Amino acid sequence: MVGRRLATAIPGVIGVIVVTFLLNRALPGDPAAYFAGPAATPQAIEEIRTRLGLNRSLPEQFVLYIRDLARGDLGHSLTTGQPVAADLRARLPASLELAFCGLLLALAIALPLGVLAATRPGSGVDHVTRLLATMGNSLPVFFTGLVLVYVLYYLLGWAPPPLGRLEVFRETPPAITGSYLIDSLLARDPGLFLAVAKQLILPTMTLGLAALAPITRMTRAAMLGVLASDYVRTARANGLAPRTVLYVYALRNAMLPVVTTLGLVLSFLLGVSVVVEKIYAWPGIGAYALDSVIASDYAPVQGFVLTMAVVYVLLNLLIDLLYGVIDPRVQIES
Amino acid sequence: MRGAGPLLSVEDLSLEFRARDGTVRVLDGVGFTVGWGKTVGLVGESGSGKTITALAIMGVLPPTARVTAGRAVFKGTDLLAADERTLRRYRGSEISMTFQQARAALNPIRPVGRQIEDVIGHHTDLQPAAARSRTLDLLAGVQIPDPGRVYGAFPFELSGGMCQRVMIAMAVACSPSLLIADEPATGLDVCTQAAVLELIGDLARQNNMATLLISHDLGLLGERADRVVVMHAGHVVETAPTAALLAAPRHPYTAKLIASSPRPSVGLADLVTIPGTIPDFRAQLPPCRFSFRCDRAAPECDQPPLPRVVVGPDHVVACRRPL
Repeated sequence: MVGRRLATAIPGVIGVIVVTFLLNRALPGDPAAYFAGPAATPQAIEEIRTRLGLNRSLPEQFVLYIRDLARGDLGHSLTTGQPVAADLRARLPASLELAFCGLLLALAIALPLGVLAATRPGSGVDHVTRLLATMGNSLPVFFTGLVLVYVLYYLLGWAPPPLGRLEVFRETPPAITGSYLIDSLLARDPGLFLAVAKQLILPTMTLGLAALAPITRMTRAAMLGVLASDYVRTARANGLAPRTVLYVYALRNAMLPVVTTLGLVLSFLLGVSVVVEKIYAWPGIGAYALDSVIASDYAPVQGFVLTMAVVYVLLNLLIDLLYGVIDPRVQIES
Repeated sequence: MRGAGPLLSVEDLSLEFRARDGTVRVLDGVGFTVGWGKTVGLVGESGSGKTITALAIMGVLPPTARVTAGRAVFKGTDLLAADERTLRRYRGSEISMTFQQARAALNPIRPVGRQIEDVIGHHTDLQPAAARSRTLDLLAGVQIPDPGRVYGAFPFELSGGMCQRVMIAMAVACSPSLLIADEPATGLDVCTQAAVLELIGDLARQNNMATLLISHDLGLLGERADRVVVMHAGHVVETAPTAALLAAPRHPYTAKLIASSPRPSVGLADLVTIPGTIPDFRAQLPPCRFSFRCDRAAPECDQPPLPRVVVGPDHVVACRRPL
């Protein structure tokens, strides 16, 4: 099943490669001129253009790009001077850690809230849920992010300054998994773990709030449907304890559509994290890509989009597998 | 254990639905009794209120339904007035129900054996291993050929008849005194229908269990029920011992129902259809809700109240002009 599911993702990834390549070439701005600097002579610009291969035809550039890609070479970033692959490898863990923390926070709040709202439709909890869902849906992350920084850092001083994964004077934990939370635990350094966690609070809240809305709404809707189902009625007619009915019979079934939604929410989070990383000076791949776009630096943007596509494919594979674990009907069909 | 009086006595049960466009008064003064160990058939066309009556007894009505009057006294306890805790003790252990469309009534993502164990585990002190072997016995008891395989199967892997058997096994798991079987044969092929009804009858005899057998098919109940309760549009129109009812129905609706049931002696072309449909419950209804479909209706039929006429031993009919 895993193999077949991966095979179906290949055309999508190829599509992503082609489109990002073309899109980057179609963007306005001349990278050669940008890198030559404002005082450069036309000859100097032309020289740089030749060195970057930008004077060749589009198909030629594409073939070269594919050839490099096959070797795992994503090109060099003009801004950092590093190979893009190395840059991405160094930054991806920061992005993933943030995205997963955001998702976990959203789940921790959204699931209980959705269940509460569904079991008490029309109650206060239900209205609060609707309000939160609407807020999460309608407030853009750059706004909630800035408000959180303003209130929790600037006004109240509860949160540390939004300056990346660790305060500047801190030693980073030895890189094992790439997740600072896990690595600091592995290094048995609780102080460092706390410092890492403190830095994560604000960006996690920002992402979590954005992801909260769809998960809460889906949980509520799915629970309402399941609670009205025949099999929940059977469970009640058999006198089963309310807890059993709610968790074993209702919630597990309601999780099926919620898990499906998680795929959408995760990809949404990956997109949103570009902005969030910028706000919190988070050294992730989103901020990296944003800087590169502004600098007309093709290679990192292509590498970023490609990485996102692969992460997206893998996440959805993971969700499909998870779905197979909860829903016995899935295995038969595949 | 066995008290005086019937096992279940439903008295003057009225129930309404709150719909968007008004209140729908579905049940009106429904009453009947089920004796200890007896099989009572509850019959009527779709929408006559059979299932909702059963759901009201079980206390698992949909949230929009509300009981407005009446009692359902089971072993001396009024189920309609009892608190949720008491009801949970009765449900599944003293009184249980099988539902129409058994596959939808089973949890789709939990092995059916586990679902039966959930019921046993909740109502008894059996250890998991004992509960499991009891479950396997129950599955064998409802004539499932391969209990070990079915135990771990999910509803979607089983046929409709199998699901119905699983449902029955679940319902009798704790040896209830009353089984409410809602259309147990509907949607099954004819052979399976007979087998399932046979099974319910056997289980009832073995366990001295009373059965409330709900069906739209009077012919199906004829051989199996001791008594029949005929419902039309939320009213009980006639109750009688089965033989008396089939031989000499006194309510015009019952007569039509019998005439419209397929029998070997009657060709399909000679089957009678009952004119009209169940009335719109939102409208102001006459005391007799059958009057406008009835060819015997007379002006006096529109005079309240709906009469209850004793026309024979244990034979009551709600009609001013019985046959």
